[in-house]
Amino acid sequence: MDFAFSDEQDMLREQARAFLADRFPLEKVAEITRSDEGWDKQSFRQIAELGWTSLSVPEDAGGSGMGFIDEAVLFEELGRGLFPGPYFSTIGLALPLLLDSSDQLPGIVSGERTATLAWAEPSGPSKLADIGRGITAKAERSNGSWTVSGEKSLVPDAEIVDHILVVAAASEGIGVWAIERGDANPKTHSTMDATRRFGSIAPSGADAVLIVEPGKGEDAIAAVRRRALAALALEAVGIAQRAVELSIEHVSERKQFDKPIGTYQAVSHQVADMYVDLELARSLAYWAAWCVDTGDDQADVAVAAAKAAAADAAVLACERAIQVHGGIGFTWEHPLHLFYKRAQWINTFEGAGSTHRSTIATSLFS
Amino acid sequence: MDFRDTPEEAAFRSELRAWLEANIPAEHRDRGHMAGRGDEEISREWSKKLYEAGYSGLTWPKEYGGAGAPYTHQAIFLEESARAEPPEHIGVIGLGMAGPTIIAHGTDDQKKRYLQNILSGEEVWCQGFSEPGSGSDLASLRTRAVDDGDSWVVNGQKVWSSFAHIADWCILLVRTDTEAPKHKGITYLLVDMHSPGVEVRPLRQITGDPEFNEIFFSDVRVPKANILGEVNGGWGVAMTTLLHERGTLGFALTARLEVMVRKLIELAKQTSVNGHTAAEDPLLRDRIVDQWVQLQALRFTNYRALTGLVKTGVPGPEGSIAKLHWSETNQELTKLALEILGPESQLDEDGAWSGFWQYQQLRSRGNTIEAGTSEVLRNIIAERVLGLPRGR
Repeated sequence: MDFAFSDEQDMLREQARAFLADRFPLEKVAEITRSDEGWDKQSFRQIAELGWTSLSVPEDAGGSGMGFIDEAVLFEELGRGLFPGPYFSTIGLALPLLLDSSDQLPGIVSGERTATLAWAEPSGPSKLADIGRGITAKAERSNGSWTVSGEKSLVPDAEIVDHILVVAAASEGIGVWAIERGDANPKTHSTMDATRRFGSIAPSGADAVLIVEPGKGEDAIAAVRRRALAALALEAVGIAQRAVELSIEHVSERKQFDKPIGTYQAVSHQVADMYVDLELARSLAYWAAWCVDTGDDQADVAVAAAKAAAADAAVLACERAIQVHGGIGFTWEHPLHLFYKRAQWINTFEGAGSTHRSTIATSLFS
Repeated sequence: MDFRDTPEEAAFRSELRAWLEANIPAEHRDRGHMAGRGDEEISREWSKKLYEAGYSGLTWPKEYGGAGAPYTHQAIFLEESARAEPPEHIGVIGLGMAGPTIIAHGTDDQKKRYLQNILSGEEVWCQGFSEPGSGSDLASLRTRAVDDGDSWVVNGQKVWSSFAHIADWCILLVRTDTEAPKHKGITYLLVDMHSPGVEVRPLRQITGDPEFNEIFFSDVRVPKANILGEVNGGWGVAMTTLLHERGTLGFALTARLEVMVRKLIELAKQTSVNGHTAAEDPLLRDRIVDQWVQLQALRFTNYRALTGLVKTGVPGPEGSIAKLHWSETNQELTKLALEILGPESQLDEDGAWSGFWQYQQLRSRGNTIEAGTSEVLRNIIAERVLGLPRGR
């Protein structure tokens, strides 16, 4: 039994923290959030140089051949730093499907290109878990080439990425096809978390590259979902961690009745509770990451438990942080609301806690 | 990071599992749901058996009767105990508090005299820390010890002392200097509970069981050789005890919670509510699963703590987190069990599960008070772990 990160993983964490503090201080994140694009395209080249886009890519494909545990460190730190850019979409959702795609993979590895996954439909399935039920997007083959048509909603980062991987149905079953953003008629919607905006797409006979064979889509998406839930649990841990840090700083400095407000137990105990929830969620998130990394039998229940607990902890940590900050924490100027909004994005992804507890119930009561 | 057993750990686990299977006494199993309430004779016998098989004091030094094994073995022992539900060792205070403190601060003679008998269950220990006027503010304690030649003479009263009614020895905090600042006039004594002048009176808890006691000391003579640490240096020694109480307790508490979660699931499967079993009720399922999730969170938090303990030898802050969260989870869980049982839950021995859940639920109210109240633990986390400014 060994429950610690390796020295290399600790170094990766330090590197990530230093890069984000230097390149994306919270004022900068807030500024980017208010911009039309909502991200800084240059940053992807930089993180690619640091190796962050290719950690889980095999060495013979230009990556470093490491595992999800290494990426887990980054997901946590990118949550803590509230990195504004399609990292979750590209590395969390799309990359696992592109590892054999010689057309798309090099651009992702080099940071020149980004990608996302489109699964939900306006009047069809909304969750990755439901893609087997009533998908209407169609993939058709003529003369050996594929085209994709249909409507997809709630596509993360749809308007800023290069490739959109569309979950669609062909006559042989459900598969995944890549189309270019320019062929997808993307539209961005104002989203609570402006660092991770949802868009919709409506490709109509768009040229498509086959990524996952029709009939194999459900299994492939189940694996992506497992990994995505673990990644978001880790991001949520990073967010809760930052909410605790910001709160410690504030209640230690802010004085009322001549004393730092952190000396009042009505305040300090809220911060203690945030920390307890954070550490418990962290333990589950690391367990989930390890299960995903090693393909453990318990992976499905582990990611469900981690996602439910970590998202709850992050949302509650931000709410308590806003409370102990008082009026300033409720302002647009203060960065807390950005974390709070990201926490809510994560919390609702694939359903909030009760959805995931229901998955666990099926296994516990079988 | 690797959550699996090493080959060596796996071997220890399977050997232990087989041993527990073969050795848990029939009279313990026959008690069914009542087994959770403990039985002194069964516990004494079991303690001896554990000791003879080398499973007592797994992490204690070999020269004092321990196994000198790594902390991971202790964790595996507790996990396997949660699975097999053996009787409890009689020496809970000795194993968790007195022993580790003697290992840390005792002289060679003291280690030789006391440690082995703790492991074998031959001598039972109790704790004399809290007083009627000194609970969370422990350092305000007033039990006095006055220097009288070769002995200290102790007068005063202690309270909330589990096992005192069967204890042979007591780890006792006394005031030896009334002039010094309150933390600096305390001495840590090892007191023979059979000494003249020691009187134990049981206190009944809200469960009806007399699980803890008051201890009265009237001119009790304690030989000077029975000081642990230095005269007036008892506060630091006491902190070791409390660190261990909360530090290594996390595993034990989580093991207990694992048993409770398993029983809750069993209860839900066999109890009808609203025309189906509780296990089929969507609202109850959600709450039961939440208990399971809390259990896993505690389990892996303990594992993280374990890695820290192995590296530094000192329990980290996770112990306070585990105690705080375990106590609140156990209260929720047992209340949920009563809710599932409905009015039947109000019956004691004649009701479902022979009153197991009623006893557990009432007993759980002590969990947020004993071994550091939740309020004190939140102060510790705020001030010592997070570094918030001190309020006092």
